[in-house]
Amino acid sequence: MEKAIKKYWPVFLVPTLVSFLIGFIVPFILGVWLSFCDFTTVTDAQFTGIENYLRAFQDTIFQHAFWYTALFAIVSLLVINVIAFALALALTQKMRGTNLFRTVFFMPNLIGGIVLGYIWQLIFNGILAQYSQAINLNEWYGFAGLVILVSWQQIGYMMIVYIAGLQSIPTDVLEAAEVDGAGPWERLKSVIIPMMMPSITICTFLSITNGFKLFDQNLSLTAGEPSKLSELLALNIYNTFYGRTGWEGVGQAKAVIFCLVVVAIGLIQLRVTRSKEVQQ
Amino acid sequence: MMNRRQFITAGLGATAGVAAIAATGCSGGGDTGSTAGSGGASAAGEVYYLNFKPEQDAQWQELAELYTEETGVPVTVKTAASGQYETTLKSEMAKSEAPTLFQVNGPVGLASWTDYCLDLDDADVMKTLTDDSYALKGEDGKTKGVAYVIESYGLIYNKSLLDQAGYSEADITNFDSLKKVVEDITARKDELGFSAFTSAGMDSSSDWRFKTHLANLPIYYEYKEKGIDNTDAIEGLYLDNYRQIWDLYINNATCEPGVLSTKTADDATAEFVTGQAVFYQNGTWEYANISEVGDDNLGLLPIYIGVEGEEDQGICTGSENYWCVNKNASEDNIQATLDFINWCVTSDTGTKAMCGADGAMPSGEAGMGFVIPFEGNQPSENVLNQIADEVNSEKTPVSWNFSTMPSEEWKNGVGSALTTYAADQTDGNWDGVVTAFVDGWATEAAAAAE
Repeated sequence: MEKAIKKYWPVFLVPTLVSFLIGFIVPFILGVWLSFCDFTTVTDAQFTGIENYLRAFQDTIFQHAFWYTALFAIVSLLVINVIAFALALALTQKMRGTNLFRTVFFMPNLIGGIVLGYIWQLIFNGILAQYSQAINLNEWYGFAGLVILVSWQQIGYMMIVYIAGLQSIPTDVLEAAEVDGAGPWERLKSVIIPMMMPSITICTFLSITNGFKLFDQNLSLTAGEPSKLSELLALNIYNTFYGRTGWEGVGQAKAVIFCLVVVAIGLIQLRVTRSKEVQQ
Repeated sequence: MMNRRQFITAGLGATAGVAAIAATGCSGGGDTGSTAGSGGASAAGEVYYLNFKPEQDAQWQELAELYTEETGVPVTVKTAASGQYETTLKSEMAKSEAPTLFQVNGPVGLASWTDYCLDLDDADVMKTLTDDSYALKGEDGKTKGVAYVIESYGLIYNKSLLDQAGYSEADITNFDSLKKVVEDITARKDELGFSAFTSAGMDSSSDWRFKTHLANLPIYYEYKEKGIDNTDAIEGLYLDNYRQIWDLYINNATCEPGVLSTKTADDATAEFVTGQAVFYQNGTWEYANISEVGDDNLGLLPIYIGVEGEEDQGICTGSENYWCVNKNASEDNIQATLDFINWCVTSDTGTKAMCGADGAMPSGEAGMGFVIPFEGNQPSENVLNQIADEVNSEKTPVSWNFSTMPSEEWKNGVGSALTTYAADQTDGNWDGVVTAFVDGWATEAAAAAE
């Protein structure tokens, strides 16, 4: 077995490496290069230096999208994780039907973002129509709608991760805490949460990057209306690239900036939550 | 445990799988496409047409097959999903097998693709063009594109409903008389059982009717007054008229103005077909969807916006569909493409397919129902085209100036502002429309010129 692996490592590695190269590395390098170019189709580009970046930073809608997205990522991060954690705690108690509830809460995660967006658009508009309003008339309706939609979609997923984390906490530690006189709140604060830090790291990482990268739901729920005010970063980049003649390079530059920001935030977040993890 | 041979097989299988995924990734892309198999070996070139109109996809596919049968030249037709043409074209053009035939929507569309357009001045297809205004000229004065369909739009109305309300076409000759009729219908809405206008939906499936087509009228009159056909800075001289007609549309429709942002094109069509409204602003292309109302029952009026002398204004007639030939294609493919489009507009089969209605295709399917600006044009069976012709023979047709709108971005800005205004009709919100229209035009024209 050992020998076979030594001899045939390329067989294992090459296919993955090739697809990673085709699907990720090459487009990434090409993308970064194109952000310094003026082009209509990606195969026909002329180098223009940092002009695209200057135009991207001058774009007020991009700046708005930036803060709007950051706010959205933070709000959705808090809402999703607090509710998911609470549900996970509830559904690891000894009671009947927990499996049924877990399944039900997880199910929205199986529906695609575009479909969800349109379904929720109908629901929101159905309610708002009573007041002669619609979701795409106000940027904060759109914001609230997106938070509700994304929470509904992702809480179930995060809940499953938290449940797995909760189940891996050794019962003797909890029992010892109880014997020492720790109440439920003490146990949660001083035993369960510290022991859960690895799960919290994963869930916060997933929800914050998801928040920044959100695209389908944004496109189908509000499409950026009114006047691009509910446009998140990813949709703004897409619209810049495809919606405006002569702005393809700017869209590309925005995409590079976006990538750097998401990577930076992801790394900082990992570092912060990792430092709080404890050895079991 | 696997033995070595199985390792290798698995590895190769995985590699092949990756290759297969890569291959489908290149040829797919969410379009509906099919290749008409190559019939004869003699054919040197190939045609790849990226079609703009999803509603005519089936006809183009059939026409492509017929052409291949007749000449042996393989023709591939792909159709971009509605509203996705520019996106699809951008990615298709970057491929080694790029479209040899594509389309632009007018001068603004041409600006982004001019480097890819073959000069068509000497092409055979130009020899049968009936009017030079249907040739799209580039900045160098050469023909870069040629219109292949002429369309018209106006206020489509249901004759029997208008009759029930106690009016006839003769009562509507300008904005004031239109307003009188419309407001009277609204006042008696409950008694009559129908509204004046279908919902002016601002969903993306329908908003182009107002941010583009209706916006053409104030632009047309401003150009006319100044004697120009394009501008970098619109003044918005006729925006008060634009507001008048928009007010009329949204306040006399089947629904409350606040919910317009959610109404789709299908909603409006359904309302018209089921007799819930008399008037429906749309064009000749909509005929197939509304023909249930009955040919005798369909009428088409000019869109009056309250400009002096508009009694002589005709229907909005023009084109935003120009064929362009990709000059970066190989010489054989260019020749094949030029031959193909020439065949489409000159041969019996081609013109029948493009102009005919029910049963015009050899397979018995309906034709595309176009009016084409070529000598091969055949009388249209689309009653809306017939009415448009009739009206325009007596009155001055309104040209399509929306192809000079500076960008999609501009249209979207105007559309959003119109939606906001519809929900809350204050002067402040109308100022938003004016800003999007006038300032937005200047900004976008400047951005496009960069």
